[in-house]
Amino acid sequence: MTLLQQMESLKKTPLYDRHAALGGKIVNFGGFALPVYYSGILAEHEWTRKSCSVFDVSHLGEVRVQGDRAFEFLQKRLTGDLQKLEDNKILYNVLCSEEGKALDDVLVCQATHTDFYVIVNASNIEKDFEEFRRYVPEGVKLTNPSAEIACLAVQGPKSEEILEKLFGFKLKDLRYYYFKEEKFKNEFVWVSRSGYTGEDGFEIFSSNVFSTALWDRLVNDGKVQGVLPAGLGARNTLRLEAGNVLYGNDMDETTTPLEAGLGWAVSFTKGDFLGRSALLKQKEEGLKRKLVGFKVLEKPIAREHYPIYSQGKKIGRVTSGSFGPTVGYNIGLGYVEKGFEVPGTPIEIEIHGRAVPAEIVRRPFITLKHKR
Amino acid sequence: MIDTSKLKYTATHEWVSLSGKTATVGITDHAQKEISDVVFVELPKPGRVVKQKEAAMVIESVKAAFDIYAPVSGKIIKVNDKFKDSPELVNKSPYEEGWLYQIECSDLSELNSLLTEAQYQSTKRNAH
Repeated sequence: MTLLQQMESLKKTPLYDRHAALGGKIVNFGGFALPVYYSGILAEHEWTRKSCSVFDVSHLGEVRVQGDRAFEFLQKRLTGDLQKLEDNKILYNVLCSEEGKALDDVLVCQATHTDFYVIVNASNIEKDFEEFRRYVPEGVKLTNPSAEIACLAVQGPKSEEILEKLFGFKLKDLRYYYFKEEKFKNEFVWVSRSGYTGEDGFEIFSSNVFSTALWDRLVNDGKVQGVLPAGLGARNTLRLEAGNVLYGNDMDETTTPLEAGLGWAVSFTKGDFLGRSALLKQKEEGLKRKLVGFKVLEKPIAREHYPIYSQGKKIGRVTSGSFGPTVGYNIGLGYVEKGFEVPGTPIEIEIHGRAVPAEIVRRPFITLKHKR
Repeated sequence: MIDTSKLKYTATHEWVSLSGKTATVGITDHAQKEISDVVFVELPKPGRVVKQKEAAMVIESVKAAFDIYAPVSGKIIKVNDKFKDSPELVNKSPYEEGWLYQIECSDLSELNSLLTEAQYQSTKRNAH
């Protein structure tokens, strides 16, 4: 297949024509044709931190789980304790294999106690649906409405004020990781206070058809209020500074959530779940490696797959790396062997054939601005 | 303003300006747009001898690291020292202030294998 054929075979979100018309630089992301940037990654990153950006994240998938036994089913299939949920609340979870390996990281949204939406990563939609289907009991209905649901992430310190102004939404009392139904032009949408950038922000879920009206209001009428569209490049540098893991980079089917530093999303006290015994064993035996944040002490950027050394001995690998536009230096995430994970530990990263000094640091790399 | 029609080009998006045996090397406007936001330029060491088409240096943008190939063989005699403070010059002025390095050509006949501006523009189109 040529590059052109490959690009043409990609799935498109309902906003594809908007991205193209705005001059977005389109790339393949998880099988979707999406803009990596419009004006530039740095400018869009900085704009998000100081004002408000809108990102098309319609590539995210949704698995709807309904029925009297839906709660019990998800409680056994995911790592977190879903007792923490209530109606209109969201919980971060990991979907694990029996061996405790991470198949995906997901958000569980409880509409009611018998109706849940599980938000999954674009590249994992089919896999996750199959993983749920394999274990689904009688009396639980699974559907995959991913291709009909669009999502816009509106992120940055001015998001609340701007959304209230543009759409008349009431968002002041919406708490972090909660969602509510709102209405715009007689259409119902879901608005959650959530995001990936480390800023205050919202995600708006709507039908595909209606997403263009939301986008146009944000991008056209929102411009004077301080909204600009941003692409996946800025989304990546923003999430990295916020210390958020990216499935496929920082976590995959070879790593467990404990190794990825997601022990807080794993409940050993809630009862049995798929992967529990493997994870418990790993916890009791102690982790052999851990995902850490690092700061590169020189100019070159440590990128995905670059080897990490300590005094000449290989101790791990980089899983994400970039220049951090807000912090002003090069940062990244990577796995290191046990004993090297303590902040302050000096390491070296092989970059373009040279050992470049770096240091383990605490993540997030910035102060998170989420509203509690 | 530099007259870009007087430059020679490579299919890998470098440009060359020849004066005597000294070739000044940079990347094209098309290349800087593709690379986007340059944040670091790792220049070759002066004195290094490179072969034509060898990866001589690296330009890093936020999204990726890009190898920049030597358009001709020879010895690196001078590098642009402005990138330490201003890597964005590659984006802002790819043909002038953003030149990368100078090379003393060891085989001037290699220049014949390079593209004219018109040829470069048409290869660029075919690649898309």
